[in-house]
Amino acid sequence: MTTRVDAPIDIAGGIGQSIRRPDGIPKLRGEFDYSSDLHANHMLWGATLRSPHPRALIAGIDISAALAIPGVAAVLTAEDVPGNPFFGQERQDQPVLAIDQVRFWGEAVAIVAAEDRETAQRAAAAISVEYEPLEPLVDAEEAWAAGEVYRQAEVITGDQGLRGDVVVEGTYETAAQDQAMLGTESGLAIPDGTGGVDLHVSTQWLHVDHRQVAACLGLDSDVVRMHLAGVGGAFGAREDLSLQVHLCMLALRTGRPVKMVYDRAESFAGHVHRHPAKMWFRHEADFEGNLVRVEARLVLDGGAYAETSGPVVANAAYFAVGPYRCPSVKVTGAAVRTNNPPNGAMRGFGAVQVCFGYEAQMDRLATALGMDSVEVRLRNALASGDRLATTTQTITGSLPTAEVIRSVAAMPLPDDLDTEDPRHLPGGTGLTTPASAIKRGVGFAVGFKNIAFAETFDDFAEVRVALADAGIEIRTAAAEVGQGMVTVLGQIARSTTGIARVEVIPASTTEIGSAGSTSASRQTQMTGGAVHEACKEVLSEALRRGGGDRLTDEGVWLGGDLVTPMGDLLADGAIEHHTRYRHPPTEAPDEHGHGNLHAGYAVSAHRAVVDVDVELGLVRVVQIDTAQDVGKALNPQSVLGQIEGGTLQGVGLAIMEELLLDDGIVRNATFTDYLIPTILDAPDVEAILIEDPEEWGPFGAKGMGELPTISSTPAVVAAIRAASGRDLTRAPVLPQDIAGIN
Amino acid sequence: METVLATSLDEALDALTADPGATVLAGGTDLMVSVAYGDLRPSSVVSVRRIPDLHRLDDSFVGAAVTWAELERGPWPAFAEAARTAGSPQIRAVGTLGGNLGTASPAGDGLPFLAAIDAEVVLVSRAGTRSLPWHEFITGPKSTALGAGEIILGASIPPISGKQAFAKVGARSAMAISIASACLLRDDAGSTRIALGSVGPKPMRARRAEEMISAEHSPSSAAIDEFARLVTEEVTPIDDHRSTAAYRRHAAGVISRRLLERCLP
Ligand SMILES: Cc1cc2nc3c(=O)[nH]c(=O)nc-3n(C[C@H](O)[C@H](O)[C@H](O)COP(=O)(O)OP(=O)(O)OC[C@H]3O[C@@H](n4cnc5c(N)ncnc54)[C@H](O)[C@@H]3O)c2cc1C
Repeated sequence: MTTRVDAPIDIAGGIGQSIRRPDGIPKLRGEFDYSSDLHANHMLWGATLRSPHPRALIAGIDISAALAIPGVAAVLTAEDVPGNPFFGQERQDQPVLAIDQVRFWGEAVAIVAAEDRETAQRAAAAISVEYEPLEPLVDAEEAWAAGEVYRQAEVITGDQGLRGDVVVEGTYETAAQDQAMLGTESGLAIPDGTGGVDLHVSTQWLHVDHRQVAACLGLDSDVVRMHLAGVGGAFGAREDLSLQVHLCMLALRTGRPVKMVYDRAESFAGHVHRHPAKMWFRHEADFEGNLVRVEARLVLDGGAYAETSGPVVANAAYFAVGPYRCPSVKVTGAAVRTNNPPNGAMRGFGAVQVCFGYEAQMDRLATALGMDSVEVRLRNALASGDRLATTTQTITGSLPTAEVIRSVAAMPLPDDLDTEDPRHLPGGTGLTTPASAIKRGVGFAVGFKNIAFAETFDDFAEVRVALADAGIEIRTAAAEVGQGMVTVLGQIARSTTGIARVEVIPASTTEIGSAGSTSASRQTQMTGGAVHEACKEVLSEALRRGGGDRLTDEGVWLGGDLVTPMGDLLADGAIEHHTRYRHPPTEAPDEHGHGNLHAGYAVSAHRAVVDVDVELGLVRVVQIDTAQDVGKALNPQSVLGQIEGGTLQGVGLAIMEELLLDDGIVRNATFTDYLIPTILDAPDVEAILIEDPEEWGPFGAKGMGELPTISSTPAVVAAIRAASGRDLTRAPVLPQDIAGIN
Repeated sequence: METVLATSLDEALDALTADPGATVLAGGTDLMVSVAYGDLRPSSVVSVRRIPDLHRLDDSFVGAAVTWAELERGPWPAFAEAARTAGSPQIRAVGTLGGNLGTASPAGDGLPFLAAIDAEVVLVSRAGTRSLPWHEFITGPKSTALGAGEIILGASIPPISGKQAFAKVGARSAMAISIASACLLRDDAGSTRIALGSVGPKPMRARRAEEMISAEHSPSSAAIDEFARLVTEEVTPIDDHRSTAAYRRHAAGVISRRLLERCLP
């Protein structure tokens, strides 16, 4: 791979340095203002009444008892939605408030504003809804058979008659996973008194929310202004609307600011989850271990509304073979409509589920061939210049699959069991497990996904960069959700211009165009790319005006001389550049699922070492070693943060995280029972960063936020298989699965 | 809601008598969860944390306001092991034995030790003081014999010799609600008691298993297996969203065997 990368200017606070984030210390001190900390004088509190049934007709709603409660300012139902009664990012199929029927447990039916939160909640509970419950459709296979399909993705590649010497087959399942972002949904809507509204909210994409909110309110888009409030994590949970329209409706109706904060239980109903998946795979290889044919059938439960089910199942299908070459492929995937809570975006977006399946298959193949499992992967590893086995797209950017595999395989294994501290044993301080009951296992997995939006989506990011008296100012609507984007944009600006003083100014929807979503691992490459382009323009204009060859905070230099001090340079005003940055265009799939559908790819590998108490089925993940293809680590500390956090999210899905559904009703909508790993469950993570520059984006950097989550889960489960000798085809693996007690 | 921060037993008992809808508050780690989720709306709250009588901790008594953190450093090794498994450092700093008894969850981690050692729960009210054996105080899942106007003073602990150990199976390494727990006591003569949590509607003793193993001075591995098997027969676990009855039964047997092995010379 030879990609020309602009040489960065050597400057303190520039790229490649682990500089501190501006929000780090305030967050540690509890001083950071999250969207749940917003306040306005005379504000009301909102609350939502939600369906207790997964499916029911609504025969009547009586709000009189709620309205009669002192302090209640408004009670609104579907009839009060001023504009489009439906919303949805891809397809407008979800009612703002339920119309005549509810289709999932937790669907919003009515909203209330009152003087305080408790009164609002009491009033919501006082609304009387007459439901006629119907039999819910909760089985994804049944839904598929009944034709309840959001999108069916088909891939057929190569000679369908090809057969291998060795065949392995398996059926795998992954559970619904919650994003478990620590900040629940929250926001504040402030009416402007002239029919418009300002909405301050935590979201991943202001502009796509804005479009839907304005439509549902029936207002011109310029009188609805959206502002990013402090976001407490996202992971996909904030890609679809939750309380945005509700807040604006209540504020416009009452003429007063209205605030809402979901509690944890409501948050589980208020956002989408990772699609649970049932997957069948058949892998065929020749005796040397070369993949010959892969077949897969994937069913993803999309739940009651479309959300992003379409692109999620497309991803699942396109990445169903993983980062491997294979001449013959057939994949059928469907995302189906059921009466389960809606599923949608979560870190890894369809690539997580299939990776659990295809990596288990690669291990089975290795066993069937009598080959080392790393060797089988290396033999088939996809590289730049190859065609993707599914879509046949030629990979023109970097893709160091073999390098990530080799790097991880070469890392030293951790020391033997430390039996001194019970916290390092399975069962932890529960003191369940003597050292003699422990078996160690090692598992390996490789993950693969595209970066940014695909399949003809007009993916762009706007920024406005100005060189002014205060230094470089960057205006963007891109959502900082805690990942460190603001920091990295500053680093890109410094390394591009030579100016040390940089400020990133969050912009509302009225001030600048869309930056696209903070998802699909795309912001560093997209908004970062936009900053890089705009800064280059600003720099060349400054050098032209100043008559020199180098820019610093002092001004323009020629050789060793300051030829135009900054004051003179900006005497006629700031130097500004506005950019709309796009990645290479993508195509729509043809009838075989072929085409140049993606803008770029990244790959990662994980090796997990686990200690397992097989008799009790308890696991301690000891260490995870990983190598990831990051293009260029613009801020190594941030990159490691993403790797450690993403890896742990994958550990969660491997051994504990699961949204439990019973006939469409969520049984564990609290952090008491939806378990995520604690610090004592967190393994040591050792990471190697592979820097092979990408063909587009700033300084060769690649989006890398999702990759760490993808291969972590299959690596951990493979390690548990190795320790326990059991098949373990479902994630999360539960103690009873390992102990073999059913 | 009104809150009384009682600094003496008298003050607390007065407040409880004055408002029959009053609820006792200790560390609040159970109570405030119920309030936050709208399951409980007490008309008033009487905080008992400042009452000196409830802080007694010596070889024969644990006051109701004694925290998990204090029990971790207390005189009973198995009780300390149990306390160490409760919640997180923050929960252990404020959660109390009185609250664990008051909640009487089948998964309460303080309860197997009390059951194994045959503790009595001491209750005080305007009518006087009474003591109830643990199994009479805990009447069912999350239900107790605590009467109106009554406060838990603490638990009286009979003297004990020999070895003792506790184990708890949870779904993660910390902050885990017990899926199965057990406390085993064995004296030098071999007399053995085992109490289990989360495998029945309330903490329970496996009496047949106790009887069988107490007769074995130096049990063979077959005897140890038989002890564990009897435990699995005696427990009465259920399926719920945290685990399955079958796994809980299995786990109860495994940890009972391992606890016994820990307590053998
Ligand atoms: C995050 C978290 C983790 C937890 N982990 C565990 C765990 O691992 N193991 C475990 O066993 N528990 C756990 N718990 C539950 C809880 O911490 C314990 O049950 C604790 O012992 C309760 O004590 P408290 O002082 O906080 O009780 P409170 O919440 O103050 O009271 C609980 C109940 O007891 C009553 N009560 C309290 N004191 C008295 C008294 N002196 N007289 C009469 N009634 C009284 C109250 O009225 C109330 O009904 C956890 C709770 C949380 C929130």
